[in-house]
Amino acid sequence: MSTTPQFLGRNVFDLDDYSAEEIMYILEAAKGMKEINLREYKKIPTLRGKTVCTLFVENSTRTRMSFELAASRLSADVVSFQASVSALQKGESLQDTVYTLNAMGIDLYVIRHSSPGSPMLVHKHSGKPVINGGDGRHAHPTQALLDIFSIWEKLGDLKGLKITIVGDILNSRVVRSNLIGMKKLGAEVTVCGPRTLMPGFMEEVYGCKVSYDLETALKDADVVMGLRMQLERQTEGLFPSLEEYTKHYVLSKETIKFAKKDALIMHPGPMNRGIEILPEIADSQQSIIVEQVANGVAVRMALMFLILGGKA
Amino acid sequence: MKTLIKNGTVYLDGAFSVTDILIEEEIITEVASNIQTDTAHIIDATGKHVFPGFLDLHAHLRDPGQTYKEDIVTGTKAAAKGGFTTVCAMPNTEPVTDNIAAVEYIQRRAKDLGFCKVKVIGALTKKQEGLEISEMASMQKGGIIAVSDDGKCVQNARLMLNCMKYAANYKLPIIIHAEDYNLAGKGQIHGGKISTALGLSGIPSMAEEVIIARDIMLAESTKAKIHIAHLSTAKSVQMIRDAKANGLNITCEVTPHHLILNEEACAGFDTNTKMKPPLRSEKDRMALIAGLIDGTIDCIATDHAPHQDFEKEREFDHAPFGIIGFETTFTVLFDKLIKPGTLSLERLIEALTTSPAKALDLHLPEIKKGEPADICIADLNEQTLIEADTLISKSKNSPWLNQSFSGKIVQTFCNGRITWQAEIHQDS
Repeated sequence: MSTTPQFLGRNVFDLDDYSAEEIMYILEAAKGMKEINLREYKKIPTLRGKTVCTLFVENSTRTRMSFELAASRLSADVVSFQASVSALQKGESLQDTVYTLNAMGIDLYVIRHSSPGSPMLVHKHSGKPVINGGDGRHAHPTQALLDIFSIWEKLGDLKGLKITIVGDILNSRVVRSNLIGMKKLGAEVTVCGPRTLMPGFMEEVYGCKVSYDLETALKDADVVMGLRMQLERQTEGLFPSLEEYTKHYVLSKETIKFAKKDALIMHPGPMNRGIEILPEIADSQQSIIVEQVANGVAVRMALMFLILGGKA
Repeated sequence: MKTLIKNGTVYLDGAFSVTDILIEEEIITEVASNIQTDTAHIIDATGKHVFPGFLDLHAHLRDPGQTYKEDIVTGTKAAAKGGFTTVCAMPNTEPVTDNIAAVEYIQRRAKDLGFCKVKVIGALTKKQEGLEISEMASMQKGGIIAVSDDGKCVQNARLMLNCMKYAANYKLPIIIHAEDYNLAGKGQIHGGKISTALGLSGIPSMAEEVIIARDIMLAESTKAKIHIAHLSTAKSVQMIRDAKANGLNITCEVTPHHLILNEEACAGFDTNTKMKPPLRSEKDRMALIAGLIDGTIDCIATDHAPHQDFEKEREFDHAPFGIIGFETTFTVLFDKLIKPGTLSLERLIEALTTSPAKALDLHLPEIKKGEPADICIADLNEQTLIEADTLISKSKNSPWLNQSFSGKIVQTFCNGRITWQAEIHQDS
């Protein structure tokens, strides 16, 4: 018999620290939280008196709002630290920023940062649990959890599901965390994109399949996830033009037919309509893109609840 | 004053034998069994190993300009603790060591205050900017032993061709930090499995290899003497093996960290595993060891690169490259390569003494009558604990902090003067 997973005080740097069983436990907890979000009065008192700091050293509105809503709905106090108006712009080190914040009595940090590994640094200097809200190209575990939750809610157990992720794999932290989580739950994941946007050693590191051809990659897929094309990267000459990219990798009515009929369509947002995905697909019946956003709040509530030992 | 080192297991002509060494003032005056003298201070080296003082071709003493990281006093003292009696200072100081006055400053400071001998390497290009040939002939008159833009790499092949022609005229060796900037990009660690998993930009092996390939071609044409610094990849080893077989005047070095660690060490985002070139794959590491054993790789150099905690203790991609090496090199290599039998102790000592001297045509460090008394004594049964509090270097950026290794340098002599003396443990 397995015991109840323990989450109190744990960090969420990435999903590799969590077993399949623990991931499922989080999903079950998120299911309960989702129900709260559908109420007229969307608030429970469980984290009253706790303080959550969202430390966003890289711009993000959506993820920060999602975390802050999640904390508020659990009645935690939320303070928000944004780099654009902060000491970090004046040259203060992350270490000193954390010392300063810590002195104000933070119980949990959520960090977004362009540098991989910075959540570990925040934990090291704060001694407090840290949820990684996205660190460079490294990891985005809460996005992966909400993606997995969204699939699980629609299709049940991920074991044996064929999931295809298409786009700028190189620059995507979403795909890395998803690969770890989805593989743990037994899904078969294929990543697809131009070779210049594909990191080396993907098969060895993640046990996924790699394809450079959309038709092959989509064959029999139960779930198709598009990734945001990072337009700013175009200057690096990794692909010749958006037009050529779109010709070969766009998720459209025409290309999606290679996947299973009624395959789920997902995207972590923000979308570049007309580049990696066409509106005809993004807004289709198969698409759960908007629901992913709603699930994000629930998953983040579940994590904060579990880590801070909220009372049920 | 006389000192007699008795009964040590002494490295003589590439092998070990138990003998005595008599030092008078700065010079070794006798090497023989059972030397009798009434007046000498006697050091009982029974059960200990006695080596020629180590010679490091690649060190960053940070003086002048960055003396908060290290200076000539702390740097040479740390070197003495590691068994070194001669270190070669790289020119990436502030300002860059690209003129005779700068060379003389370092030599004077080292002579007055240093705990080991310091040889100066001058810049290959002015300000190490990779735009114009430095005044290397003038610096040679001031005493430089080689030229290098270490830390940087001349990207312009035509300029490098001219640098080689010019240096060849004065028989000045060029030490090459091989890194193609475009291929290296914003890379942080080796471009491989770990960079993929961590989402850090990778430095591909090719970034080193294309420059080595280029410079082998340029050296063939110019007859310049080139020495490749801190080799890191299997293909680099093979290219140099082939170039040597073809008779090219090329030598190279490897660092302790590239011999002992691989990319996996970076998995925890410890910025003390961040250096250039990066820690490569296990396959590369094995090729480096093989190259050191078969002599393709001539010698071991520390690439001692001090950085303060406040610089290293940051986001991984904002931290500077490099780690310290003086105080860790011998013990770490002894523990990880000699003890398990991967490398012979004889080859290790050769790679730290005569091989680097031959590579750059420097005075051979040898324990021999008439030679300067540059000697270190090691106790291979003792442990060395590497910890921030006891490191002499001003900077503590080592990946081996709080780890203990077999083998300890217990005493170092430079020109007959004791420059390092470990605390003596009294067994009760």
